[in-house]
Amino acid sequence: MARIEEIALPRERQATAWWRFNATALLFLGPAMALVLVFFIAPVVITFVMSFTDLATSTGLSNWQWIGPENYQRMFRSQFWLTILGNTFVYVAVVLAFNVIVGLGIALLSVHVEAKAGGLFRSLWLLPRISPSVVYALMWTWAAASPPFGMINYVVEPFGVEPRYWIQSDPWLIVILINGFVGASFGMLIFTSAIKAIPEDLFRAAQVDGASALHVIRRITLPLIKWPILFVLVYQTMSLFASYEYIYLTTNGGPGLYATETWSLWAFHTALSNYYGNLDFAYGAAMAAILVLMGLGISVVMLRLFRFGQLVAEPRVEV
Amino acid sequence: MATAVIARAPGRSRWPSLVPYAVLLLATVPILVLYLWLFYSSFFPRIEGFRPVGDFTIDNWRFLWDPQSVPQLRNRPPIIPLTINTFVFATMTSLISLLVSSMAGYAFSRLRFRGRRVFLGGVLLLHSFPSVTLLIALFVVLRFLGLYDKLVGVILVQTAFALPFGIWIMKGFFDNIPWDLEMSALVDGAGRLRTWWRIMLPLVKPGLLALGVLLFVEGWNQFLLPFVFMPSGSQQTLSTLVRGILGEGRFVDYGLLTAVGLYYIAPILVLFVLAQDQLMRIYAGGVKG
Repeated sequence: MARIEEIALPRERQATAWWRFNATALLFLGPAMALVLVFFIAPVVITFVMSFTDLATSTGLSNWQWIGPENYQRMFRSQFWLTILGNTFVYVAVVLAFNVIVGLGIALLSVHVEAKAGGLFRSLWLLPRISPSVVYALMWTWAAASPPFGMINYVVEPFGVEPRYWIQSDPWLIVILINGFVGASFGMLIFTSAIKAIPEDLFRAAQVDGASALHVIRRITLPLIKWPILFVLVYQTMSLFASYEYIYLTTNGGPGLYATETWSLWAFHTALSNYYGNLDFAYGAAMAAILVLMGLGISVVMLRLFRFGQLVAEPRVEV
Repeated sequence: MATAVIARAPGRSRWPSLVPYAVLLLATVPILVLYLWLFYSSFFPRIEGFRPVGDFTIDNWRFLWDPQSVPQLRNRPPIIPLTINTFVFATMTSLISLLVSSMAGYAFSRLRFRGRRVFLGGVLLLHSFPSVTLLIALFVVLRFLGLYDKLVGVILVQTAFALPFGIWIMKGFFDNIPWDLEMSALVDGAGRLRTWWRIMLPLVKPGLLALGVLLFVEGWNQFLLPFVFMPSGSQQTLSTLVRGILGEGRFVDYGLLTAVGLYYIAPILVLFVLAQDQLMRIYAGGVKG
C-alpha cells in the first residue's frame, strides 16, 4: 500500500495536516469507538470490578457490597470446579481434534475431486455453520432421541448396540458430534484457500516424478499449509474455550450434576440462566474472569510451543 | 488457482478416482440426513428413525393459519410478529454494522492517526474475547441504560459484537482498492467523508453485499442475545420460540418443531443458495471485494 499521508498532502502543510488527519479519523472512527466503548470495554471492566462484589438478583442492582476475593475463594472451594475444568479441557481438545482433522480431510478431498463437486461438498459442510443454532440443535436432539424416534439408534442397532436415549447415556458423544460438525467448516475453508494458493508447478513436478497422491499430500501440501493449520489450531482453541451455546441447547451441562458442564457454561448458568432464580452476576463474573485468564494463558503457551517446536521444522520443499 | 490439479493430471495418480468421492459422501451423510429429516418430518405426523408413521400431512404447518389450535403455541406470542422482530433485528444489525464498520475500516485502511496500530490490535483482541464475559456485564449495562428487555438494546449489542470482524473485513476491502482512484477525488477538493461515500463505497459494493449477507444471517440466527436480554413476551424472536417449544418437556412434538424450524431456517437456506460463494469466501477471511 502506498504511504498515504505523503501522497495526499504537500510537505509544507504537514503540521496542520497532522491535526486534520486525527480529526478526520475521529469522525470516521467515532461511531465504532462509541459502540465498542459502551458494549465491549465497559463490560470487560465491569466484569472484573463486579467479581469483587456480591451483586446478584437477590441484592438488586443497587444494594451490592464489596466482598473482596470471596467469589474466587468460593469458586475454588466448590467441589465441582475440578470436574468442570477437566470437562473444559476434554471438550476443547476432542472437538478441536475433530474440527481440524475433519476440516483438513474435507479440504484435501474436495480439491482432489472435480471442482464443481468439491464446491458442493464444501457448501454442505458450511450448512451447519450458517443454520440457526436452535434448529441445528433440534436436529441433533432428534437424532439422539430415545427409541423409537432417534435416528442414531437405527444406525448402530445392526452393530449390536442397545437402543438408548443418547443425551442421557452418552452426553459427551452428542456434545462432540454437534460441535464437531459445526466447527469443521472453519478449518475446511481456510485450508482449501491455502491449498488452492500453492503454485501448480509443484504438483506438476511431483507428478512427473511419479509421486502418489498421498505422497504429494504428505510432502508438498501439508508442509506448505503449516501456517494455516497453526492459525486454525490457535483460533479454534480460543473460540472453543469461550463457546457453550450448543452444549447449552443439547445436554445443558447435564445429565446430573455438571457431567458436560464447561467453564463458560458454568459462568453462563451461574450469572444468567439457572433454575434457582437467583442470578448470581458477581459470582458468574468471577468465573468469566478466570475464563479470560485461562484463554490468555493458553494463547501464550500455544504461541510459544509453535515458535519453538513447529517453526524449527523446515518444509521439505523449496518454494 | 491450482484447483483440482492433482485430479486432472493424466495417468499417474494411484488413487482410484472414485475413492475420494465415496469418502466425502460418507462423511457428509450425517449432515444430509439431518437436513432432509427437517423437511421430511414437517410433513408427517411422526417419524420413527427413518420411517414415517402415518400419511403425508400439512397438519404440522397449521401454526401458520390456525395457531390457536396448537397447544404448544397458546401461551406464546404469535408467529408473525416474532418473524417481523427477527427480520427487524437481522436487518437493523446488519445495516448499522455495515455503516459503522465501513467507516472505521476506511479509517484504518486510508488514514494515519495516533494510535492506529494499537486500535487495530485492540479490535482483533476484542474479536477473540469470550462473549459470556461480556454478557454478564452487559446485563448491568443495559439495565443502566434502560435498554434491557427492548429490541433496540439487543440490536445495539449485536451490532457492537459484529464490529471487530466487520472492521477487519472492510479494512481488507479498502486495502485492495488502488489509491489513485481516490486521490483524484481528494485533489479535486472533495472532503474525506464525501470521497468515502461517493467514490469508495461504490467500489467495495460486492464486499459490502457479502458482509451484509453474512451479518444478516448471523442476526437472523442469533439466539443467546434475545434469549438473555429480552426475556419477556412480545419482543422475542423466532430462535427463542423454537427453543421454548424444544425445551418444554419430555413430550416433544417433532412434527410441529420441524415445521416451525423449517419456517425459521427457510430464508437462510434461500440466501445460502444465492450467495454461498460469497459466504464461503468471507468466512474463510480470504476476502477480495
